[in-house]
Amino acid sequence: MAEPIRLKTPVTDEDIIKLKIGDSVLINGKILTGRDAAHKRLFELAKKGEPLPIDIKGQIIYYVGPAPAKPGYVIGPAGPTTSGRMDPYAPLLMEKGLKGMIGKGIRSKDVRDAMQKFKAVYFSITGGAAALISKQIKSVKIVAYEDLGPEAIRELEVEDFPVIVANDAHGGDLYEEGIKKYRRA
Amino acid sequence: MREVATQTIVDTVARLCMEANYFLGDDVIKVFQEGLKKEESETGKNILNQLLQNAEIAKTENIPICQDCGFAVVFMELGTDVCVQGNIIDAINEGVRKGYTEGYLRKSIVSDPIKGKNTGDNTPAIVHTTFVPGDRIKITVAPKGGGSENMSEVKMGKPADGIEGVKNFVIDRVLRSSANPCPPIVVGVGIGGTFEYVAFLAKKALLRDIGQRHPDPFYADVERELLERINKLGIGPMGLGGRITALDVFIEVHPRHIASFPAAVNINCHAARHKTAII
Ligand code: SF4
Repeated sequence: MAEPIRLKTPVTDEDIIKLKIGDSVLINGKILTGRDAAHKRLFELAKKGEPLPIDIKGQIIYYVGPAPAKPGYVIGPAGPTTSGRMDPYAPLLMEKGLKGMIGKGIRSKDVRDAMQKFKAVYFSITGGAAALISKQIKSVKIVAYEDLGPEAIRELEVEDFPVIVANDAHGGDLYEEGIKKYRRA
Repeated sequence: MREVATQTIVDTVARLCMEANYFLGDDVIKVFQEGLKKEESETGKNILNQLLQNAEIAKTENIPICQDCGFAVVFMELGTDVCVQGNIIDAINEGVRKGYTEGYLRKSIVSDPIKGKNTGDNTPAIVHTTFVPGDRIKITVAPKGGGSENMSEVKMGKPADGIEGVKNFVIDRVLRSSANPCPPIVVGVGIGGTFEYVAFLAKKALLRDIGQRHPDPFYADVERELLERINKLGIGPMGLGGRITALDVFIEVHPRHIASFPAAVNINCHAARHKTAII
């Protein structure tokens, strides 16, 4: 297996362009979390052209709703949630500078088109590998929408966060290519 | 009549909720290891290795395998010679409350589907009770994640569809689910009964251990055939392409009405969680 690519956040267009579907990537630095409720709020602000409570330029958002942390733990098990639910909001966030998304499952055509247009990528992370993933999270801080409780936007400091490029900025789609490659009549 | 205190039920259910979420079954671990040998995709192998490591971490640290600790689905076989002092359903819910709170499990239940808020303790449980002879109570807790549950379906077909119709329905359902239920998946299939009962059959099918075939050789063959066909689809681990799309397929059947032909597919993810105790 090819050596994984190390990616440091915040990311630039040049970083993004180099990534191709199937690449194994280890993310280092800070990433944001967000799921349904937080996305809805960000989207509504962005639509009105109002400033967002967090800077998403060059950032990566992880779609996650962790389990509670045991005493002595930074975070509880933290695997991805289904990304498709964020599809209606994702293109506008990419237009505002978001460079990456991490989750599980396929994305809509609008989201894939927006990734090409605004130079962004979508990473798959292993669903159900939540205990393992949580070990790569070194610190957690709430940065917006504290009232949303578990759905508040958090900033995670991650080390060698293991993801795979599922959709790249060149229109590549690993879900489609992968199935084609391994399908047997 | 054998008497059982409700507290015994509370404590047993609490323990089962935690164990089901922390300890992936040996049967699942074994099939991951076998899958590693069969998987042709490097990405797929990488994912199966992560799942093995994940199960090991969860087990040694007593933390959940997956952050979605599921809806607490409880199957109870109640011996007719047992007398429980108090309300047994309340005791089960108390056990879920205790298990999910003390076990640091995620609470994912909303009190009302439209107007509700998170109940904060993962109650109520879904309880399926059957009565059996004897003086024992068998309780199985099977936490069920949302991602895979959402890919499930009931189809009221025509008797003329026959077994080929069921097979096509299953394959099509898996294909349309693609990456969403966190493949590799376990597929539960119900055939017969009524609209609501067929869904129950598909869920019950998921309680079998990986590799445990239907006792009727006819259905055992259909299970084998479906598993083979699903693993030719190419979906692979996490839907990124590969050989190992499903770990197993289980069928449960029931008599049907002459005019009806219900079939159901209940998809489970690789976090195929269920733990049983006998009181
Ligand atoms: S589908 Fe299963 S493994 Fe995937 S996130 Fe949900 S509960 Fe976890």
